[in-house]
Amino acid sequence: MVQELRNVDEIIDKYQCDKSALIQILLEIQDKKHWLPKHALMWISERLKVPMIQILHIASFYKAFSLEPRGEHLVRVCLGTACHVRGGQRVLEVAERVLGIKAGETTRDLKFTLESVNCLGCCALGPVIVVDDEYHGKVAPSKVGDILASYTR
Amino acid sequence: MKKLKSSSDLENLRKEILSKRDPKKMCITLCSGTGCRAYASEKVNIAFQDEIKKQKLGKEVDIRRTGCHGFCEKGPIVVIYPEEICYLQVKPEDVFDILSQTIKEGKIIERLLYTNPGTGEKIIHESEIPFYKNQKRLVFGNNRKIDPKSIDDYIALNGYTALSKALLELTPEQVIEEVKKANLRGRGGGGFPTGRKWETTRNAPAAPKYVIVNCDEGDPGAYMDRSLMEGNPHSVLEGLVIGAYAIGSHEGFIYVRQEYPLAVENTEIAIKQAEEYGFLGEDILGSGFNFKVKIHRGAGAFVSGESSALVSAIEGKVGEPKPKYIHTAVKGLWNKPTCLNNVETWANVPLIINNGADWYRSMGTEGSKGTKIFSLVGKVNNTGLVEVPMGMTLRSIIYDIGGGIPNGKKFKAIQTGGPSGGCIPEQFLDLPIDFDELTKVGSMMGSGGMIVMDGDTCMVDIARYFTNFLADESCGKCIPCREGLRHMLKILNNITGGKATEEDIKRLEDLTEVVRDGSLCALGGTAPNPVISTLKYFRDEYEAHIKEKRCPALVCKELIIYYIDPEKCQACGLCVKNCPTGAIYGKKKIVHIINQEKCIKCGTCFDVCPDKFSAVLRLSGEPAPPDVPRETRIKSKERR
Ligand SMILES: Cc1cc2nc3c(=O)[nH]c(=O)nc-3n(C[C@H](O)[C@H](O)[C@H](O)COP(=O)(O)O)c2cc1C
Ligand code: SF4
Ligand code: SF4
Ligand code: FES
Ligand code: FES
Repeated sequence: MVQELRNVDEIIDKYQCDKSALIQILLEIQDKKHWLPKHALMWISERLKVPMIQILHIASFYKAFSLEPRGEHLVRVCLGTACHVRGGQRVLEVAERVLGIKAGETTRDLKFTLESVNCLGCCALGPVIVVDDEYHGKVAPSKVGDILASYTR
Repeated sequence: MKKLKSSSDLENLRKEILSKRDPKKMCITLCSGTGCRAYASEKVNIAFQDEIKKQKLGKEVDIRRTGCHGFCEKGPIVVIYPEEICYLQVKPEDVFDILSQTIKEGKIIERLLYTNPGTGEKIIHESEIPFYKNQKRLVFGNNRKIDPKSIDDYIALNGYTALSKALLELTPEQVIEEVKKANLRGRGGGGFPTGRKWETTRNAPAAPKYVIVNCDEGDPGAYMDRSLMEGNPHSVLEGLVIGAYAIGSHEGFIYVRQEYPLAVENTEIAIKQAEEYGFLGEDILGSGFNFKVKIHRGAGAFVSGESSALVSAIEGKVGEPKPKYIHTAVKGLWNKPTCLNNVETWANVPLIINNGADWYRSMGTEGSKGTKIFSLVGKVNNTGLVEVPMGMTLRSIIYDIGGGIPNGKKFKAIQTGGPSGGCIPEQFLDLPIDFDELTKVGSMMGSGGMIVMDGDTCMVDIARYFTNFLADESCGKCIPCREGLRHMLKILNNITGGKATEEDIKRLEDLTEVVRDGSLCALGGTAPNPVISTLKYFRDEYEAHIKEKRCPALVCKELIIYYIDPEKCQACGLCVKNCPTGAIYGKKKIVHIINQEKCIKCGTCFDVCPDKFSAVLRLSGEPAPPDVPRETRIKSKERR
């Protein structure tokens, strides 16, 4: 935990302890840890002199943040309009079934977190799934299982 | 690198860059936009690098990785200059042939060319492919020619000359005058005149003043801002610095949503390079003008794209809208005058300064000048980003550029303007699109999403989809938006679920008025549009759901059933293997049946049943026919 807070310190220092960089600091921690641990938030609150309640408000308002631990792989299924009209909803349903969790949840073994998103900006390839940073386009519902299985090895 | 201190420094640098380049030397450009990356263009790149080394072709050919060309569906895209030979859907396995045949011997590889689906004709040059031929790519055109990570590529194509002209030859007032005369209207949705906004910010008494690039692009189904920011960040930067000069701002922000990592990366590189050459920083191009810019990553909230919310987010607060008694242009970031424009708006500015307002005004309609980039997606053959002059008809966009509807299906509607827009039915296909015409038919330009829909799209479902999206994204500050949208969603869910009564339509209509009139920001103000427009043009679909419990497009899950036609079923067993709940019964040579109790309507059987059989049917508004008796389910030899 000490090491972790040191990493948080580094990020805060990078932004010169600037209050208005709060969201940027949270994003960097989220990028690194995949979630925002409470002690890290308390430390930020302390150093930036921003009330904890405001930090929690921001952390729960924006979709990018999670206040709970997340899986090793983040699976995002696009439900943007372009993907929706090409069957994105069914792709999500299959992913939910394959992983045994609902969108927004994490598998018990902390392998996968499943999320639905509104447009990933490659709508021509809809329906789209992004696992971590890997994009999969034109995903047929029947292919979802194979895609996810390729990350369990 | 030495800083440029005058327009002649810039001119000399350009000459130097060009003198090192041989226009006759072949150059392979490979699209590395996000779409093509999803199709493994990275692997193609590695294959090219390796193979060029192996075949010792380094002297004959350059390779350049570009931004999005627009035709993402056919990616990865390779264009070979100077001949402009265009290869589509290139795989690593094709690289050897491209180098040994096209590069070494000048031979065209037929299999990689675009085939016109109508005529079967093969097309060699990018610009002759119908998808591109009918476009006018002013803002987006350089995407395919430059490496976004190389400022030299941008400068070689006359980049930053507009900045040099604005800073060294024009007064700020003259710049604003030119933008006003060009009648540039904001591309972020509302179409507000850009020159007027700049003037308001300039004339606002307080200092300092700020400028902001809005690259939040929250509209689902639109990605032109992403592709510009990723593919040609310098064009946005150049426009921004020109605007800052005109407004009298010395500090700017680029707000990019965090879902766009490549846009963030390329913009960071562009800023660094522009600083090195002195297009950003102190005393830009020796003009005495100073300007710096920072990137701010958005954290994923649609409402944060709204101007007052975006300003709060940059201040490090929750990105919620504020009441707009005073405009952001007068009191924005830290309560100082702030000019916020969309990515595409900024990218139009260098064009106007370079070519003049008269040139710019020669394109477009009376009220909307220039071009607009649209994201043409959904049920259309050629999906991707298209840039066309304002005033082109929907029909031309969908049929001449988009190549029509896949599988010979019939066009049903086009949704424009994202969640603030509406659905436009067939009768308006000849509408010349611009800001005002779209509003007249109950839709909007929005950021430029165009989602084409065919008979397989349920319009009630689309209305439900957008309402759900907005109910989710409402910041919850005002009750009409928060509660009204939730209630509208409930009614729509009842309609698609077959549980609504006829009074519900009236109730829905009443709610649309309350939400529209009682909300603080434009999210709530325009939220009822998808419902209003579908009720107006597709009321019969609402009625079919309510009165006949039937979804005419066979989409709404609660109102459809899957059924296997015993005449058509060939007992191949594919559906049994794939059905996730074991709802299908049948054996080899025995016709399959679906147990409706167990069926979760996932549609897997419908997808996997081979096209040549098409034995799985979707029915709506009627019960499944009784199962055929076992004796007659056995397939006899003749019938197989
Ligand atoms: C809910 C909501 C979301 C918006 N999202 C965006 C967006 O993602 N990108 C954008 O450029 N404008 C967005 N806008 C419009 C902006 O508020 C603003 O009008 C625009 O950025 C101004 O730029 P322009 O004058 O160049 O069009 C949004 C507006 C609302 C009400
Ligand atoms: S209209 Fe909706 S999104 Fe806009 S401020 Fe009100 S509650 Fe928030
Ligand atoms: S996949 Fe089609 S043809 Fe094959 S058994 Fe199922 S319904 Fe019959
Ligand atoms: S709608 Fe799915 S990527 Fe845009
Ligand atoms: S990303 Fe390659 S064409 Fe769009």
